[in-house]
Formats: sequence, structure tokens, C-alpha cells
Amino acid sequence: MYPAPFRYYRPDSIENAIQLLSELGEGAKPLAGGQSLIPVLKLRMDEPTDLIDIGRLPGLRHINNENEIIRIGALATHAHIGKAGVISHIPIVTDCANGIADAQVRSRGTIGGSISTADPSCDWPALLHTLDAEVICNGPNGKRTINIRDFILDSYTTALGDAELVTEISFKTPQKLSGGSYIVFKKAAPAYPTVSAGIQITLAEEDICKDVRLVLSAAGPRPVTSDEAEAVLRGNKLTNDNLEKAAEAIIAASDPTPDSRGSASFKRSMLHSLFIKAANIAISRARGNNIIGAHEYV
Amino acid sequence: MSESIQLVPVSITVNGKLYQQEIEPRLLLVEFIRETIGLTGTHIGCDTSYCGACTIIVDGDPVKSCTLLAVQVDGSEVLTVEGLEQDGELHPLQQAFSQNHGLQCGYCTPGMLMSSLALLAENPDPDIKDIRKRLAGNVCRCTGYQNIIKSVQAAAKNLRED
Ligand SMILES: Cc1cc2nc3c(=O)[nH]c(=O)nc-3n(C[C@H](O)[C@H](O)[C@H](O)COP(=O)(O)OP(=O)(O)OC[C@H]3O[C@@H](n4cnc5c(N)ncnc54)[C@H](O)[C@@H]3O)c2cc1C
Ligand code: FES
Ligand code: FES
Repeated sequence: MYPAPFRYYRPDSIENAIQLLSELGEGAKPLAGGQSLIPVLKLRMDEPTDLIDIGRLPGLRHINNENEIIRIGALATHAHIGKAGVISHIPIVTDCANGIADAQVRSRGTIGGSISTADPSCDWPALLHTLDAEVICNGPNGKRTINIRDFILDSYTTALGDAELVTEISFKTPQKLSGGSYIVFKKAAPAYPTVSAGIQITLAEEDICKDVRLVLSAAGPRPVTSDEAEAVLRGNKLTNDNLEKAAEAIIAASDPTPDSRGSASFKRSMLHSLFIKAANIAISRARGNNIIGAHEYV
Repeated sequence: MSESIQLVPVSITVNGKLYQQEIEPRLLLVEFIRETIGLTGTHIGCDTSYCGACTIIVDGDPVKSCTLLAVQVDGSEVLTVEGLEQDGELHPLQQAFSQNHGLQCGYCTPGMLMSSLALLAENPDPDIKDIRKRLAGNVCRCTGYQNIIKSVQAAAKNLRED
């Protein structure tokens, strides 16, 4: 299968990439790792007139910890993030990075490409909600910072303007007594997730939840969050009963699409068990235990 | 789209040999390898980024060559299954697949070998779980995975003892 013809450009700076995108207009698209875009081009579900290869732009691959703020360049690959020493103490991030697709896709796919696609079953858009991440963008009108909640608008729809690029993702290092977990259920490594659940929880003391962020993925047009479900846990004891109530509240906010991966009711029941499992791993990690959380395959 | 077809010059080193060509930007890397330079050891299984038969190594990383444009690897070093053999001698991975019945029809084998090579470069002593996880992006329709895993373990042992 061949993509339809397009013209190819490989600018040498972010500024030149933005300028090219502005000049070439609507038919032009950035190309990062190509792991979402190339399959789409091969199926001719999209036929851009011009591809601007940003894959080698300098200064966009970093993974740093700057005064407890983690900064990840848009072109950092899933594989680099999964192996990066500076974030190995934030297990929810490594859970996510190492569970995406397979080793080959992780070699090329980037975090910036993942959130720019806003595929409702992709992992980074959801995961970054649990860390209140900020998305740093650069475009014809300069730089701006958008919270991930305001960045992912709908299925395949982001807040990116014309010719605007994601350049960096940043979030605060979770505090002491904080732990997270992100679990995906999928039929095989290279299959997109059926459903996923993530939770980042901070404890006040052994059994009391000080703060929490919950998310479900592949459970609606955009990542599903619920203030109500978080309120069930915040300030309260982490009993099984409360976890059940939080699960019920967030699943009530979900709207999974029935498709070849499963019916809506199957997905809801998978979401329930993933949520409870992720919550227990997150709580255990918050207490300082070293738990290897894994993605689940059939 | 403009009227004329754009051709882009690329320099790609494949198995140590430099290839300089002018190519259409939409040319997939797997087609460059199989059709433009004629190395047909890299297979196309699904052509939809799923099966891993087209796996090769680019600058040390395993990738699906059906899901990359050749222009994206301009200036890179590519290793395909043909690059495993040295001076007429099969690579320890190839020997282990042959000795442990790690293949039946052989269609998936080039991809299995390249994914295994990437795994062993990173982890010379993988356990069964490590091997399963790293070969999760490679599908085999006939051998069954047991002997493939056995082959990778045998190769790892031989390479460690060398
Ligand atoms: C077989 C397979 C299985 C997969 N399984 C999973 C999975 O389990 N979980 C998961 O989360 N994902 C999965 N993916 C998707 C994968 O994570 C992609 O890598 C990722 O979604 C896209 O990143 P990319 O760099 O490849 O982007 P590209 O494909 O290069 O680009 C994707 C889109 O984003 C735009 N874009 C890219 N970078 C930027 C930027 N910096 N600024 C603005 N726009 C940009 C492009 O114009 C394009 O429209 C899978 C992909 C494949 C092929
Ligand atoms: S041919 Fe490339 S993944 Fe199947
Ligand atoms: S050996 Fe036949 S597909 Fe694997």
C-alpha cells in the first residue's frame, strides 16, 4: 500500500517548520515518528499535500528533571521515556511508556505525536491527566502553555492552532507518599487498547487519601475524568467500599463505544476491574512498595 | 499537489554498504529495501504495522519498515537479515533458530531474528518473560512460539559463552 503523493520537507529548526506549515497551509502536516500518520496515509484515509518532517528537529528529545519539574521534549520516543533514569521513580509514566504497542512502534512513536493525534484509545493523552501535565506549544503567534485537560478537546481533536506544534510536555514530580498506576487491557501488543485505567494518589497517612487523580481511556471520545469520583476518595479512608464507590462514579461518566474489541457492557466491566487493580497498585506504591504493574493481554 | 513528482536524494547505509538514490518521498522503507536495492530477505506480512515480519534495525533500534518512509532514515545505518551472516557463517541467532526448529515456513523469521537481535543487544541474558515481551510485536502463524523462545535462549547462551 502506498500513500498518495505528497511533497516532503525537512526543515532544520522549529521556527522554519512553523513557517513552512504556515506558508503551505491546510494541506501540510507535520510528521514525527510516523506511527499514527503513516498507517493512515497508507490506507489513504488522509492525503496531505505536504509533509514537514519534524522527526530530527534539535532540542525536542530531552527528558529532564528541573527543580522537580519533569520536562519531556515532544520528540522523546515511548522507548526513551520507558528507559529514562530521571523518571524511573514515577512508575505510572514507565507503566504507560513500556506498555504502548510493541518494541518496534516504541522505537519511533513520540509522546508529542501521541497527544497531537488525540486518538481516544491512545495512552499518553489519558495518562497525562493523572499528572496535571502542561503542553507547551509553539506556533506563528509564539509560545503558549495549555493544560492537558484543555488540550485534548474531543476524539482526534486538540487545541492546536494552524501551524502550531507541540514542543514539550511538563509535570510536577509527584510528592512523597504519592504513587500511581496505569493499566491497559488489550488483545495483543500491537493491538490498540480495549480500555485502560490510571490513578495517581497521594496519602496523608497510611489509609487516608490526601489527593487523587483518576482517568479512564478508550472509554469515551476523550479521556474520562470525574471530580465526583475523586471527591469520594479525597480526604477519606481508602476502604474497598470507597474504591468501589469511586469506580462506580467514574464508570458512570464513561461512554465506551461498542466495536470489534468488545461491547459497551464488556468494556465497562473491564474498566471496573482495571480501575480496582490500578487503585490497589497505586496505593501500595504510595506506601513505598516496589510493584511491577503490567499491561494485560487476553 | 504540484504537477511534477518530487524526487529526494537519500544516502542510506544498509548492511555496511552505502546506497545513494533519488526516491519518491512516499516510498516506504520496506519497498526501498526490497525493490530499490533488491534485498528481499525483509518480508511484508500484513502491511498494516501489525505482524513485525518487516522488522529491521535502524541506528540500533528495531522498527517496522512498512511503517516508515525511506526518506525518514536518510543518513542512517540499517541492518537487515542479510547483514547477520558474516564471512559465510550464520549468526548465532540464525544457527540457534535452525537447530531448535525456531521456524517452519520461515515467513516471520527475518523479523523474529531482527527483534531478537535488538533484545540481546540490550539484555544478553533474557528470561522467558523478557523474550515474550520483546517478541510481542512479531506474529508467527505456523511454528508456534515455544521453539522460537527456545531458539532465542540458545542463541543468548552461545553469545554469552563466546
Ligand atoms: C501497531 C501499532 C500499535 C499501537 N498501539 C498503541 C498503544 O497501545 N497505545 C498507544 O498509546 N498508542 C499506540 N499506537 C500509536 C503510537 O503510540 C504512535 O506512535 C503515536 O500515537 C504517534 O506518535 P508519532 O510520533 O508516531 O506521530 P506521527 O504519526 O508522526 O504523527 C501523528 C499526528 O500528530 C501530528 N504531530 C506529530 N507530532 C506533532 C507535534 N510535535 N506537534 C503537532 N503535531 C504533531 C502529525 O501531523 C499527525 O497528524 C500504536 C501504533 C501502531 C502502529
Ligand atoms: S509487514 Fe510490517 S508489520 Fe506486518
Ligand atoms: S515460521 Fe511460518 S509464520 Fe513463523
